[in-house]
Amino acid sequence: MYKLEVQDLHKRYGDHEVLKGVSLAAKAGDVISIIGSSGSGKSTFLRCINLLEQPHAGSILLNGEALKLKPGKHGALKAADERQLQRMRSRLSMVFQHFNLWSHMSALENVIEAPVHVLGVPKKEALEKAEHYLAKVGVAHRKDAYPAHMSGGEQQRVAIARALAVEPEVMLFDEPTSALDPELVGDVLKVMQDLAGEGRTMLVVTHEMGFAREVSSQLVFLHKGLVEERGNPREVLANPQSERLKQFLSGSLK
Amino acid sequence: MILDFSVIWDSLPLYFGGVLVTLKLLAIALVVGLAAAIPLALMRVSRQPAINFPAWLYTYVIRGTPMLVQLFLVYYGLAQFTLVRESLLWPYLSNATFCACLAFAINTSAYTAEILAGSLKATPHGEIEAARAMGMSHARLYRRILLPSALRRALPQYSNEVIMMLHTTSLASIVTLIDITGAARTVSSQYYLPFEAFITAGVFYLCLTFILVRLFKLAERRWLAYLAPRAS
Repeated sequence: MYKLEVQDLHKRYGDHEVLKGVSLAAKAGDVISIIGSSGSGKSTFLRCINLLEQPHAGSILLNGEALKLKPGKHGALKAADERQLQRMRSRLSMVFQHFNLWSHMSALENVIEAPVHVLGVPKKEALEKAEHYLAKVGVAHRKDAYPAHMSGGEQQRVAIARALAVEPEVMLFDEPTSALDPELVGDVLKVMQDLAGEGRTMLVVTHEMGFAREVSSQLVFLHKGLVEERGNPREVLANPQSERLKQFLSGSLK
Repeated sequence: MILDFSVIWDSLPLYFGGVLVTLKLLAIALVVGLAAAIPLALMRVSRQPAINFPAWLYTYVIRGTPMLVQLFLVYYGLAQFTLVRESLLWPYLSNATFCACLAFAINTSAYTAEILAGSLKATPHGEIEAARAMGMSHARLYRRILLPSALRRALPQYSNEVIMMLHTTSLASIVTLIDITGAARTVSSQYYLPFEAFITAGVFYLCLTFILVRLFKLAERRWLAYLAPRAS
């Protein structure tokens, strides 16, 4: 059975169609990298999965359970059952390009927030877990620091610890290294590689071709709202079939 | 110019009584005002006109009229109506302290609501998105993320509002209350020493302001540390 299945997702902004029917399925332990140029719809696709953006058509299944959708205003779909959406969101954690840590909470408070206040884990247990995850991503020494007092790389690693703390079924990464300077990218990629090695199921929107090739089990190339090419990352990257992917890679991959 | 402060020395007990009245008015107005301001601010950030409009109208009318006019309306104006005089509320509404507290609380609630609404609107969008992506409900998002963060960021502006409110309580002396200004008016008219009487009142207000400013500095150090430059 698939952990996460997305079927025929459509999304438009006004008349502009951003996603024209994108499907994807992830088994437990799959690491799927989604690549594509700016405007190809890759971030929008990821954000539709947890309904941060409202798709216009398509279905989303987590562990075989379909997210109930109903038409809202302007024809976009919205959750038919708020509680189901909240429950599914808490099983799908997201890591953002700009970290989006809660600025008024320390690193540790950021990490225990969702376990305690969404999942209802006892605080003591959540604190122990939080310390464990912060240590795992290498920022245990910064647990009492506020986000504004940390470097970008530290913030993103805290954000990953925060995403791990809810023990999600699937982790969604939305360009997690794009806002970091080159020196810090490595730290974050290393953490993600370790997570992949543990058999976590991950969907990663990225521009890091090295990560896509070495770490992911599947590669999806999006172009103008459609899957242009997909498959084993080494094969796809070494031997692209479509003109578009060749063009895209000629600019980025060495 | 010879100032006669021996009279002031003798009337210090009257002034200290005035300080207590001033602080009582201020505390009640602030507590009630803040309690009302939080729901008003939440209404002011709503996108639904039916919810937003009443709160907008309230803050617009209250901020658009002078405090003294509001106080007169509550204290003298309401007494004009038989209905009010015969109602169960009359024992309260005929009491000057109650009327002053009510008028001040209404006034500060409008200003505080606008401060809070501004602070709520300035919450970084990404933080809201992160909370939603974690599966927080709407109510929990407000309780755990939006309000705690907005209340903290509103502190510096709110400290101004509190100091303005302290000075506004001096209007209570017009409706017969013996607050600090009331004490000064009494001394002034008894001994005909207006300069001494009011300069003493001024010194009391200065001291209270100083204490309030210090308290807010401490509060900011405690709750706004995350916005302060990193301690190296």
